[in-house]
Amino acid sequence: METDILIHIENLQVSVDEKPILKGINLQIRRGEVHAIMGPNGSGKSTLSHVLMGHPKYAVTGGKITYKGQDIAGLAPDERARRGIFLAFQYPMAVPGVPVSKFLRLSLNAVRGKEIPILEFRKTLKTKMEQLGISDNFSGRYINEGFSGGEKKRHEILQMALLEPELAILDETDSGLDIDALKVVSNGIESLRGPEKGILLITHYQRMLNYVTPDFVHVLANGQIIKSGDKNLALELESKGYDWVLEESGLKKKLVLTEE
Amino acid sequence: MAKKPQLAEKKYLYGFHDEVESIFTSGEGLSPRVVEEISAIKSEPDWMRGFRLKSLEIFFKKPMPTWGNTELLNQIHFDKIHYYVRPSEKTEKNWDDVPEKVKQTFQKLGIPEAERKFLAGVTAQYESEVVYHSIRKDLEKLGVVFLSMDDGLKQYPEIVKKYFSTVIPPADNKFAALNSAVWSGGSFIYVPPNTHVEIPLQAYFRINSQNMGQFERTLIITDEGSDVHYIEGCTAPTYSTDSLHAAVVELVALPGSKIRYTTIQNWSDNVFNLVTKRAFAYQDARVEWVDGNIGSKLTMKYPAIYLKGKGAHGEVLSIAYAGRGQHQDAGAKIIHMAPHTTSTILSKSISRDGGRTSYRGLLRVERGATQCKSNVRCDALLLDEDSRSDTYPTMAINEKDVQVGHEATVSKVGEEQMFYLMSRGLKENEAQALIINGFIEPFVKELPMEYAVELNRLIQLEMEGAIG
Repeated sequence: METDILIHIENLQVSVDEKPILKGINLQIRRGEVHAIMGPNGSGKSTLSHVLMGHPKYAVTGGKITYKGQDIAGLAPDERARRGIFLAFQYPMAVPGVPVSKFLRLSLNAVRGKEIPILEFRKTLKTKMEQLGISDNFSGRYINEGFSGGEKKRHEILQMALLEPELAILDETDSGLDIDALKVVSNGIESLRGPEKGILLITHYQRMLNYVTPDFVHVLANGQIIKSGDKNLALELESKGYDWVLEESGLKKKLVLTEE
Repeated sequence: MAKKPQLAEKKYLYGFHDEVESIFTSGEGLSPRVVEEISAIKSEPDWMRGFRLKSLEIFFKKPMPTWGNTELLNQIHFDKIHYYVRPSEKTEKNWDDVPEKVKQTFQKLGIPEAERKFLAGVTAQYESEVVYHSIRKDLEKLGVVFLSMDDGLKQYPEIVKKYFSTVIPPADNKFAALNSAVWSGGSFIYVPPNTHVEIPLQAYFRINSQNMGQFERTLIITDEGSDVHYIEGCTAPTYSTDSLHAAVVELVALPGSKIRYTTIQNWSDNVFNLVTKRAFAYQDARVEWVDGNIGSKLTMKYPAIYLKGKGAHGEVLSIAYAGRGQHQDAGAKIIHMAPHTTSTILSKSISRDGGRTSYRGLLRVERGATQCKSNVRCDALLLDEDSRSDTYPTMAINEKDVQVGHEATVSKVGEEQMFYLMSRGLKENEAQALIINGFIEPFVKELPMEYAVELNRLIQLEMEGAIG
């Protein structure tokens, strides 16, 4: 069913400072699906997440991103957010002096397109924080300032839980987390998961996929998706590493001793 | 060539002017005759008339400053300025008695409403004179004196004579000399020993006519163990010609007392704001300048605290915002003159659209001021490539046994910060305003709630129209 398609990425090519990073990505996410993109460092995973959110530094040089049937090439990040796209950052920025609660309220108002009464907001925030096991004092702290790695990731998940996006992209949200934080993050993703939502997990490791089972797994290398499969592909990557996929796709040659 | 996009006009809410017939004006220009006239209209004692005339001589003799933004300073046409404009016959205690047009101005500015809601006393100055003045009865009963400077001189001549111009003598600088010659209006506050004024007193300064010079003079004395919080606000209409505001503010904090002096300066961008502010803090006294500069064409203001007694504490907390065509040259001076004195300077500045901010500061520790501590921090935020920020810190430490810290940062609103906030649905100008609000938060949290809200709103307004 065509209407099920949340996002359709066709032959996407992206350059940063005139250097090609993504070289023709094809990916389609339907409502209700969870996709995982895995790949070695430097494969273009973070570029993909940033370009989907509309970062101005990344120039789309070819291809097309269609979101809910609309080409979103010309849309600024805030317009994408208001249309239901969300990116959980790998390295969220600190904004000194701005309390988390104020930020979250402004975000929620912006995304919902209307002012939410303050009491209702507080109640919603409290519920979400309790669900994610985030302590009360969190909302009074300044955005990501002095946050530990785990706190930053929880904060990202809290934002996701609150904004309830239709398409959530998580950029290495699992990296550097201890097992408790990983569970919080995974629970957050699982509770967002539903028939209307699409989720794109970008990760280096298979670890999180033990908690969130993806419907599809793709391997990104050298700016292209070189292999797709189901969750078993992730397990295979876990046990065998990336080299075999790279070799299979011709990106990496087996070492052959040659005689001079 | 592609046309450069036009910036939307900056919004300045208070740029209106009202048709008010003044009852007396000294006309353009300055002479001993003008000074004599001012003194005569005010029926001043001889010593004050003599003080004014002597100050005028000093003003004429002193050259213009050769530092700071001399290019802008030299645009002041002293012979075009109206040095004294009297809008009404006398200072009223009831808003109903204030001339209708003048009252309307202050209503537009929300002063009577603010007074009802959260102030213990209000002074409203229009051009050269205080047109309205009130203080809560309970404070009056405690012996708290809050008057216009003119009435202070009439009713408390001994106290005024004892302290007036002892903190800032006329020869201090050219603009202090000018103020001393033609001063009019301003506040006189005396708080008796061990008296606590828990609710702020406020003065509001309004310039209405063109080429106006406003020279208010404020003197605040807190007697032993007492405290007071004084707030001043200021606005003016937007004209194509310039006005001059050159105030002198003297604070005397006697042993164990506390003064907090808060300013939200929001002059229109045709006003030269050249103000001398200085405080003496005696033993265990505490003085805090909380200084917000949003408006004006050129501000030069360096609130000073002389820590004269053992254990005295001084704080200068300031923000400056400079947009197109504006230069905020602001800072702080702290002089440690006694042992165990402590001080803090926190300066925050924001430059945008080619605006310019300068931090100019002096920290001096005199010999014998042992075991004193000081911490200076200046943060500058630049919003674009055209804007500018400079720091001119001076430290003169003449004592070994001291702890002094200094830190200065200059940062730009980062693309990544903007992307992060915008990815959460905030528009570009909302994201930028949020970053700025966060940047000035350490300042804003020191303001009473109503002022914090107002300041954030002002910044928000400045940000709108910036991004098309």
